[in-house]
Amino acid sequence: MNSANPEPNDDQHPPRIPIPRTSIEDTGLPLPTQTPTSPPPPPLILEHRVLKALLGAWALAASSPEETAAVEDHLGDCGACADEALRLREAVGLLHPPETLDLDPALRTRVLQACLTRRPPRIPVPSWATPYDAETARLDALLQDIGDAEWHAPVRLRWFDGKEPTSRRTTVAGVIAHLLTVDGLVAVTLGLEDPLETRTDTPTPAARTEAFWRAAHFPPTRSVRGPWREQSHNLVRTVAFAGGGSGRLPVPYGDFELPLRDSMLDRAFETWVHAGDIADAVDYPYEPPSPRHLHAMIDLGARMLPSALAARRQAGLAAPGETPHLVPAGTPGRSLRLEIEGLGGGEWLIPLDSPGALASPDREVAHVALDGVEFCQLAAGHVSPEEAAAGQSGDREAIRDVLFAAASLSRM
Amino acid sequence: MARRDTPPRWDRKMQQRLARGEAAALGELYDRFASLVHGLAHRVLGDEHAADAITREVFARVWENPESYDPKQGPLRSWVATLTHRLAVQRLRTTETAALAQDGTDDTDELERKVRRASVAARADYIVTSMPTPLRTALELAYFQRRDYRQTAADLGVTADEARRRLRLGLQLLSTAHDTPGTPPAQGGTR
Repeated sequence: MNSANPEPNDDQHPPRIPIPRTSIEDTGLPLPTQTPTSPPPPPLILEHRVLKALLGAWALAASSPEETAAVEDHLGDCGACADEALRLREAVGLLHPPETLDLDPALRTRVLQACLTRRPPRIPVPSWATPYDAETARLDALLQDIGDAEWHAPVRLRWFDGKEPTSRRTTVAGVIAHLLTVDGLVAVTLGLEDPLETRTDTPTPAARTEAFWRAAHFPPTRSVRGPWREQSHNLVRTVAFAGGGSGRLPVPYGDFELPLRDSMLDRAFETWVHAGDIADAVDYPYEPPSPRHLHAMIDLGARMLPSALAARRQAGLAAPGETPHLVPAGTPGRSLRLEIEGLGGGEWLIPLDSPGALASPDREVAHVALDGVEFCQLAAGHVSPEEAAAGQSGDREAIRDVLFAAASLSRM
Repeated sequence: MARRDTPPRWDRKMQQRLARGEAAALGELYDRFASLVHGLAHRVLGDEHAADAITREVFARVWENPESYDPKQGPLRSWVATLTHRLAVQRLRTTETAALAQDGTDDTDELERKVRRASVAARADYIVTSMPTPLRTALELAYFQRRDYRQTAADLGVTADEARRRLRLGLQLLSTAHDTPGTPPAQGGTR
């Protein structure tokens, strides 16, 4: 109680200490007609059996005042109950609110690495699958913490459709259903069960997701977490058994393909991006991946840029190359230096004329500098190419084309 | 948490996979038990850094010697909890002894009291997380939500008698945290 605190606005007087309250009986005023303790209740007479059954509630101060009095009365006469009462009261002292100690997500990697150094695994997880392993574990830890109602919090999935930002409304559970269905593309490639029971004409990530949402009779709930987590564990386990050589297996995405090793990186990237969407929706903090994993994701984006540029050019969305014809494969062409700053960053030289052209430092026509997380936000379609905070110098059109190509890597 | 496999089956398969040297199994083991291990270690040691170190040590031991777990002796979860408890108490005793030596005092009674207190608190945590859900829920309502047992009964949709029974049984289980390890857990029945 802060009744003895000095009154801040009353500086002429010494701190006012309230006088003890006088008992109402001493004031001469009439007693209130109803107070909680009056009239005194008749003492409860309860049998030993009933009193003993009350001991737990009594120890927790969860019995009525009359019952409490009756129990305490009884404890003076009954040794057995007194012993138990003492024991249960002590047990109450051991209860404490659950600590909301979030495990540091980086601890997982440190612990696993320490173990694997002490005893090298006979069946290791390929290095290209560890970002997916880490990101799914991180997302699962976030899901562990969120309440039932938060699973229905609205989330807007955002991406860039080639020309402008697009979005689709769903819920937290809907996002996990989306991840489950698209990860399912990799599962099918590896011969695991497809989480999507219906067929789609073109099994693109978006078509599969829409089909999954449609096929469900009820909006997805937190029950989607189990299947998603089981599948992600199975994917890691299966690629470990398949071995590093399986990284070249093609994974079809409906309208394009990625080799398994890139596909697993892509799924790690998507898992992070959507975990971020969920974290925003339920107002939790969420950190970027570890620098090593972030670097691998940026590298994938940088490697996908030349074909994304070519596709945009074919669709008439990007300026034609230097010559109307593609530069012959394997010859040096105009290049853009992509400098990614921050943890996980690096430098990439992007060939601009065709996916087959060699990037060449001698033919560098432009330089773009971006923060690593900003580049990922751009490639996820969460930041528009016009708004991406990028330092730039050189050929403006080439820069614009590359930034738009980066944004068009995004999809639902 | 989804529990697709019944625990004994999951435990047995996990042990076989660890013995086979599957790194992916180690990841799954961590995902299932890391918060239990870290939480117990933190309860004993009261220090994030020390709890991290115990977590590392527990998983390394299981990974290095998966055959030291015998599925017939009980669930993997309680085996992991026991291992964590032992390593954490050991570490507490070591660091406290070192601290005493540095102070030049030799108050072993105080040391033992501290170790015992930490040990009981960690055992209590484990008991609470492992007790049947109806008992835990009743305790949570009565203790944390400050509901009396009649309100607790109404919240749970059970009779007042049943609510009283759950509260008493829950506390009886919890009170076994004070028993020294090695004594059988309380029967949970009435006297």
